[in-house]
Amino acid sequence: MHSRFVAEAAQSPLLPKPAELIVGAIAFGLLFLVLRKFVTPMFEKAFAARTEAIQGGIEKAERAQLEAAKALESYTAQLADARGEASKIREEARVQGAAIIEDLRAQAQEEAARITAAAHSSIEAEREKAITSLRAEVGTLAVALASKIVGEALQDQVRQSRIVDRFLEDLEKSK
Amino acid sequence: MFVSDVAGPGFVPPSTNDFNLPPVFGNSAYTTKPILLVLLSIVLISIFFIAASRKAAIVPGKLQFVGESVYSFVRKDLAEEIIGHGFLQFVPFLFTLFTFVLVNNIFGIIPFLQFPAMSHVSFPYVLAGFSYFIFHSIGIKKQGLGKYLKGIAFLPGVPKFAYILLTPIEIATYFLIRPVTLSLRLFANMFAGHLLLLVFIGGGDYMLHDSHLLLKILSPFSFGFGIAMTFFEFMVQCLQAYIITLLSALFIAGALVDEH
Repeated sequence: MHSRFVAEAAQSPLLPKPAELIVGAIAFGLLFLVLRKFVTPMFEKAFAARTEAIQGGIEKAERAQLEAAKALESYTAQLADARGEASKIREEARVQGAAIIEDLRAQAQEEAARITAAAHSSIEAEREKAITSLRAEVGTLAVALASKIVGEALQDQVRQSRIVDRFLEDLEKSK
Repeated sequence: MFVSDVAGPGFVPPSTNDFNLPPVFGNSAYTTKPILLVLLSIVLISIFFIAASRKAAIVPGKLQFVGESVYSFVRKDLAEEIIGHGFLQFVPFLFTLFTFVLVNNIFGIIPFLQFPAMSHVSFPYVLAGFSYFIFHSIGIKKQGLGKYLKGIAFLPGVPKFAYILLTPIEIATYFLIRPVTLSLRLFANMFAGHLLLLVFIGGGDYMLHDSHLLLKILSPFSFGFGIAMTFFEFMVQCLQAYIITLLSALFIAGALVDEH
């Protein structure tokens, strides 16, 4: 039977052969079923997974960027705080420093005054002492000198001291 | 010139009979070379693409990359570009069509196979039949039979008297010309291409074995041209696989759109 088809087809290449039509249809149908069942869903799955992976990556990157921006903001704020703090501390330090210097100056002045006063009083005391001892010595010396000159001992204690006093008064007046 | 002068009736040019190959084994119409090649092609395509898509990895290996390239070519450059919205359901059909035609065409220049099954018109008829059935049934399903046929027969926005001319043309286009353009273009290209190779290679062979020295010397030119045509054929084979898929996608897209 097939030889008749072959003979027909040999006359015109435009006439189909039943065997080829049947096999062609079955083969194409089979291939279609296989590709649709096993191949195209897998490729679609890969595409979807890839899209998702890329999208996920983008989202992750965006999240990271947001976090970084937030961190930067907080750092900037902290830095500004720290700057303010530092300037406040500097200000305080300057004020304190000024106060300390003032304090020290006052202390030094006080000390100086105290030393000066001490020196004055000590000088005064020395002078007093010197005057007292001078007075005694000058008296003795003068009496001794006078007795030597006058030849008469001025035994009387009371008179002696009165003479000396008068002498000294004269001395002071003459001065 | 040389042939007619010297060889005379010795050279038998290839003819359509060269396409009627005897059964490879047995004595059945089902064991001819084109049928076996078609069966081989679906086995090879299935094995290759199942192996390529099996892992469905995010980062594809070499095999998956090659398979994916072919798939995404059909998916993106043909289906998505042409059909647009709702293209995904037609991708398996277009993908099958493209790979089936491509592999069977390329068989035409693979050593030892060396026969394009699509040069037997039955196979293009089958493919055109599938495509024809699909795009018409989509149109009917989408728009309803009456509206679909009316849309084809009476183009909207055309003056009434023009229907005298347009209606027969439109009906012929949709129901007769489209399947013919699908099938005969593919068939004729493969048929002519194979014939061309037969002419140059068979001619070279004849010249080489001819007693005339001049023909012997000139035979390499015939072979060389045969080889050049083989490369050309490869281009045509790929192009025809692309064209039949492209046209099918266009027809599907046309059936999906309400207004023609």
